[in-house]
Amino acid sequence: MNKIVLIIKREYLSRVKKRSFLLVTFLVPLAIIGIYGLTIYLTARSFENSKATVHVIDQSGLFSGKIESTKNITFLPVATAENTANQREQLLDADGKNFLLIIPSDFETSSRAELISRETASLTVQGEISRKLENVLRDIAFTNAGIDRATVESIRPEVTLAAKEITDEGEKDSSAGAAMGIAMSLSILVYICLFLYGSQVMRGIIEEKNSRIVEVIISSVKPFQLMMGKIIGIGLVGLTQFILWIFLSTTLMGVASAGLIDGQDLKAKVEQQQALSNGEAAQDRSQMGMLGTVKQELDKVDFRTIITTFLLYFFGGYLLYSALFAAVGSAVDSETETQQFMFPITIPLLFTYILSFGVLVNDPHGPLSFWLSMIPFTSPIAMLVRIPFGVPAWEIGLSLVLLIGGFILTTWIAARIYRVGILMYGKKASYKELVKWFRYKG
Amino acid sequence: MLEIRNIVKQYANHRALDDVSTHVEKGTIFGLLGPNGAGKTSLIRIINQITAPDSGEIYFDGERLNPTHIGRIGYLPEERGLYKKMEIGEQMLYLAQLKGLSRKEATERIKHWFEKMEMQSWWHKKVEDLSKGMQQKVQFVATVVHRPDLIILDEPFSGFDPVNANIIKEEILSLNRNGATIIFSTHRMESVEELCDSIVLINKAKKILDGKLSDIKNVYRTNTYRIEHLPSKEPVTEVAGLFSIESIVDVPEESTTLTVRIADGKTINDVLMHLIPRVQIHELKELIPSIHDIFVQQVTAQASPAFIETHE
Repeated sequence: MNKIVLIIKREYLSRVKKRSFLLVTFLVPLAIIGIYGLTIYLTARSFENSKATVHVIDQSGLFSGKIESTKNITFLPVATAENTANQREQLLDADGKNFLLIIPSDFETSSRAELISRETASLTVQGEISRKLENVLRDIAFTNAGIDRATVESIRPEVTLAAKEITDEGEKDSSAGAAMGIAMSLSILVYICLFLYGSQVMRGIIEEKNSRIVEVIISSVKPFQLMMGKIIGIGLVGLTQFILWIFLSTTLMGVASAGLIDGQDLKAKVEQQQALSNGEAAQDRSQMGMLGTVKQELDKVDFRTIITTFLLYFFGGYLLYSALFAAVGSAVDSETETQQFMFPITIPLLFTYILSFGVLVNDPHGPLSFWLSMIPFTSPIAMLVRIPFGVPAWEIGLSLVLLIGGFILTTWIAARIYRVGILMYGKKASYKELVKWFRYKG
Repeated sequence: MLEIRNIVKQYANHRALDDVSTHVEKGTIFGLLGPNGAGKTSLIRIINQITAPDSGEIYFDGERLNPTHIGRIGYLPEERGLYKKMEIGEQMLYLAQLKGLSRKEATERIKHWFEKMEMQSWWHKKVEDLSKGMQQKVQFVATVVHRPDLIILDEPFSGFDPVNANIIKEEILSLNRNGATIIFSTHRMESVEELCDSIVLINKAKKILDGKLSDIKNVYRTNTYRIEHLPSKEPVTEVAGLFSIESIVDVPEESTTLTVRIADGKTINDVLMHLIPRVQIHELKELIPSIHDIFVQQVTAQASPAFIETHE
């Protein structure tokens, strides 16, 4: 037992001490933070950038005094008579934030206006302007039809659909959108990581076999100890990396959002935007409210459960698959020969991975999702996809038990192939050969 | 030290060891001989508990071979290998600890060996930065650092230049003098005669002969002598019932060399008594077959035509 600890220690330390490990461990959260920060920064900037001055040349005469300036856009009426090419030049020359809105005389029927500028106006500005014009047109239409605008305004009903799930702890807020996003990211993460760390096990074994050190070591320890030591050691490297990632990301994320948004945190900013759009015009909510909705949904997600189950399923799935990777590594002399054996290992993972986007996310509680999250070969991905949607505890328990069972089974099979394979130099193994090795005594 | 009883190891298509028994006396140097593919490595792997035999058993110091013996065996495999990217010192510590030494003990012993072999400066080097001969030295130290009672060396001199081979040979002899039993697997016969007390000869999975080297040589004595005498007027002729002449090499004006086989029941003294009055004897030597001759004789005697084809 002491020896397996020594092996785990060597496998772990020799990898954690590597420069590439440190690099990946610190660069990935930085990249995540970078992307996160950049998004916030750009969003914040786009709010500021959208401060624009619109010079309105109203040839229709419909809008005089009806367009109010908003926080971001200042509307300045221009006398129609002055509408000359010369003046346009002057107006637009000021800087890129000046726009010329030309409302033709037939606007009421054509519903077409022109926005002229040096640079193409942002979608935000365009949207805001067109909404303004729509409002005015609608008001005119209401008035023409004899409907009082105030009446219409007062009878605008608002329905909020609060999706609730019934769980053991009673009703709970559901968060389908965020859940879907998280589910997708988890399936990608697990898929990549199983291969990443599994192939590290395989490469480690090929290296030991190629350098022939394996014979020295298994004269001191059992092949099984060497295999398990390697698998566990590399698995711990993976867990260390994840925990560091989670820790670094959350820390840096806090620093980044505090620094980037001038003391205001994202929530306040979003709420302010929401209040603004609510107060001004209900339609505005759709746009500015998006960020708020995402934030609200994210708040509803139970991250602790997700992280815990992620670590459990990653480690379980890793143990199961890395045993297979180990068997493959022992059977070949170089990485180029692994191809023929890798295919059947890849299939269940790839299958679940692809299904997770189409089927599992849309029907997380259907029979296919259920069974895929029970079968040990597919559950590490399938169950993690389902987790954000809420899975009963007994299902998670059963699936974990099956996963452990599957891991014991594959390890047993892999160990029997491994102990023979590592001593077979220069022999090209076939599946038939592997079966033979499996059957050898002792 | 080691009692090997009726070991059988069967692989899918061939039998690697077929009912092999022998025993290794404590404190001796024991030669495990055989051509390539005879089953030497299979037997060594079984002694090292890397693989298990299909039947038969091995006793180590009177006890049935079990995992507690692993720390008392040192094994230098024919296919040498170390972690290429690991520092030498760390690597040795790791291997010694796997053999059951504590970290402290291992450090002391490795330092001692490094001084002895003049490789102190290698501690922080990586294996890939060492020459092949240096790597061999490192590997040898790794094999013996835990002071094993039984040291198994599979072709220990391959890859060494003559100077380093000699250093290693001296180390092996000194370990043996200090009580270690050494099993020495090789197909190079000249080193066997020099070092081994006893041998076992394996060919095609079967034991052909074993025992003390001197006993084996006795068995293979053919009572043949080489006698060199100064030129004589009359040539020496055979005497029925006393000796027969196998060959005569005559260098005129210088000497004549006879190879004679003594008849059963007679001794070399009887022959000398016959010769002394006739010729001036210059040199006399018994022709004892070398282990190499015995090996070749035994192996080819057994060999099927197919075997000769592949190995000639």
